Amino acid sequence: MMGLLKRLFQTLKLYPTILASSLIILGLVGLSIYAVVAIPFNEAIALWRGAEDVWSDTPRYAAPAWTNAFRGNKLPETFTLHSGEENTVVTEGDTSTEYLTSFTFDYDYRTFPQEMNVFFEATYDRAKPYVIVTLFTPDGREIPMFRGAIRTSQRYAISQDTSLNKSTPDLPPHIVLLADPDTLGVEGVEPEVVPGEYTLQIKALTFEEGSTVESRYTLYGDVYGVAGTDQRRRDITVALLWGTPIALIFGLCATVGTSILTFIIAALGTWYGGWLDAAIQRITEVNLMLPFLPILIMVGTFYSRSIWLMLAVIIALGIFTAAIKGYRAMFLQVKNSPYIEAARAYGASNTRIVFRYMIPKIAPVLVPTFVTGIPTFVFLEASLAVLGLGDPVLPTWGKVLRDAYQGGALYRGYYYWVLEPAILLMITGLAFSMLGFALDRIFNPRLRGI
Amino acid sequence: MANEAATSGLAASVKPKRRLIPPAVLKFARYTAVRGIALLLTVCIGVYISIWIANMGGYVDDIRRATVTEAVAFSFRGNPIYQDMAPSERRVLMEDEIARQIERLGLDQPFLGRSFGYLLDALSLNLGRAEQMSSDTGSKDVKAILLERLPVTLVLFGTANLLTFFLGVFIALFLSRRYGSFLDRMSVALAPTSAAPPWFYGIFLILIFASVLGVLPYGGMLDAPVPETGLGRTLSLLKHMVLPLLAWLMGTLAIGIYTRRTFFLIHSSEDYVELAKAKGLKSNTIERRYVLRPTLPTIVTQFAFTLIYAWQGAIITETVFSWPGLGRLLFQAIGLFETPVIIGSVVIFAYLLAISVFLLDIIYAMIDPRVKLGSEGSQ
Repeated sequence: MMGLLKRLFQTLKLYPTILASSLIILGLVGLSIYAVVAIPFNEAIALWRGAEDVWSDTPRYAAPAWTNAFRGNKLPETFTLHSGEENTVVTEGDTSTEYLTSFTFDYDYRTFPQEMNVFFEATYDRAKPYVIVTLFTPDGREIPMFRGAIRTSQRYAISQDTSLNKSTPDLPPHIVLLADPDTLGVEGVEPEVVPGEYTLQIKALTFEEGSTVESRYTLYGDVYGVAGTDQRRRDITVALLWGTPIALIFGLCATVGTSILTFIIAALGTWYGGWLDAAIQRITEVNLMLPFLPILIMVGTFYSRSIWLMLAVIIALGIFTAAIKGYRAMFLQVKNSPYIEAARAYGASNTRIVFRYMIPKIAPVLVPTFVTGIPTFVFLEASLAVLGLGDPVLPTWGKVLRDAYQGGALYRGYYYWVLEPAILLMITGLAFSMLGFALDRIFNPRLRGI
Repeated sequence: MANEAATSGLAASVKPKRRLIPPAVLKFARYTAVRGIALLLTVCIGVYISIWIANMGGYVDDIRRATVTEAVAFSFRGNPIYQDMAPSERRVLMEDEIARQIERLGLDQPFLGRSFGYLLDALSLNLGRAEQMSSDTGSKDVKAILLERLPVTLVLFGTANLLTFFLGVFIALFLSRRYGSFLDRMSVALAPTSAAPPWFYGIFLILIFASVLGVLPYGGMLDAPVPETGLGRTLSLLKHMVLPLLAWLMGTLAIGIYTRRTFFLIHSSEDYVELAKAKGLKSNTIERRYVLRPTLPTIVTQFAFTLIYAWQGAIITETVFSWPGLGRLLFQAIGLFETPVIIGSVVIFAYLLAISVFLLDIIYAMIDPRVKLGSEGSQ
């Protein structure tokens, strides 16, 4: 066993492309497994289809957080602070209990965030808890923001609180909060951030035994997470991760379906000849007349955009293609070779000859076609998605590209949104394609040495 | 007449074996006819299948019926003339109008019957009138709509496909002469990049040249406002063609070079080429006479198909670059359930394909001694 592995590795060393592309493909498979394990299917779908209720703590159109490493002027990072024991002081009173939560954060960016929100989760029986929200700025100002009773689940949208920007109504409230007052409302002066340590203080009073208040503060910056977010605040990581298994499975199924069926049908047609062969030839000719992509678009538009239906149509249209003629020519040579004659002489059945003697003889030729076919279908799925015919439910790379294209990512400079799915598609396409070309040189004797 | 018969009778009496039409020509004519009929049948079946697909087995009819009903109801609701009418009276009028519209679109007939009507119309290139789409000049004639987009597609994809083809052939020839050189190895290494389709490279190109550098337009065909002089328009067109052309080349050229280079190399390692080398023929002569000539039929076929596929345009590349060609037209037509335009575009493509296959068959039968006439059926 060890010896076999060693020999395999030594052979692979002769073909560095095969080694490199196999490693990339293994990496993609690993990523798929990670995706499926880390985010179960139903959760992924729920996340991807979720609206603001699922994505309440993420900004819109945020670039990945690591892009700040390449920026002179860092963009504000998105963060969420939760109330807990470490930032909350509880004082029991006679009639009420006071929870004093201090969210302390550094804001050292030159630009303003997109939004700010405070979320409250309260439990009570009859008497609603009462909260007072105050902001302490680094330059020592104390800004009262909100006071009032809260329900079980309530959002205080700082960015929509018009009581905060009364003097400068054309500036959003959260900008007014973070800006130097001297730069506000002055003609020709852009508001400037006061950098330093801010404290958002939440004083919550509960009036019942067992009544609690939990709060959460989110600052929506311009960068978020590993992959950034899209127009619906969704973390693109979900689609990038889940896009991997979907792309691989789709590519693999489509290639396996078309190439193996084509191969078997070509073998049967050649062996039995006569009307079967003629019928296969005629069907192929008709099929070549049918426009492939328009038919897929019609099925998608008129009927269903389900990825499995698309797969079925792709396989159905992909069987009777020009490849069948190529295989037929090869099988014709095999059919007349002496060992088939010998098989016939000892009385082998037709199916035995086709499946045990003819198909295995040419099967190696199939391997490279097989591998080079995968990227074609991976890109086909992306093409359909770009046309708006992607699966309505599944998160795929093509759908991210489509969203980016629809959202004007290229015009508005959200390059990460286009580049992330595009680079993953490119890596997948190139890995399989490189492997296919290398295998072609090994399996195809005419190409050996060329 | 009599004179002619007499002469032929005389000729027959002098040379009894000679017939009016030589057997080779007869065989050739029969081959041509059989091939022509077979291809026409293929076109028929192909177009008929497309008609069924474009209708999804009656599914699209339901959608169209619903659209008509809704449109009529909407126009009645919006029209003040009908406001004062009694509801029952209005309903009768409305149902009349719906029935009239459905009859106008032929939706009252069963689809099976209509499908043959569609087929006959399509095959006789009587493409009919569009239901919703119209050409820029306002015509509803499907032929006018298609013809308006045809030059737009051809100027881009004709150029693109011809460039890919000729660059492919010449670079491949050049490389096959320098087998094993750095450039040759590079072409092999670059071949896998063609796995990605042109529109995919288009996105990268738009990002670099339109978004970041801002030197070339995002898409479209002409600047807005359209330049007034002919020269200005040409320059504007060329400027808009750069990125789609580049994208097309990036997506298709590498694989084209690789396959043709391999093809030429396989042919230049044939025994007769070795013999020619041994005879001491000049490498130019060898290439022309012993490598190019046997590969010519394949190259001619590829060239013919290059031209046909240019006609079809490319739906996604046109979409990504907002190029107002036939591909986008077809995509829009599908979105609008515009069956006449879909079928029109399919039938023209099928005809072009069939005609080229037919012509190629005939040309091969005439020039290639390996294609044996008359053995077609038993092959």
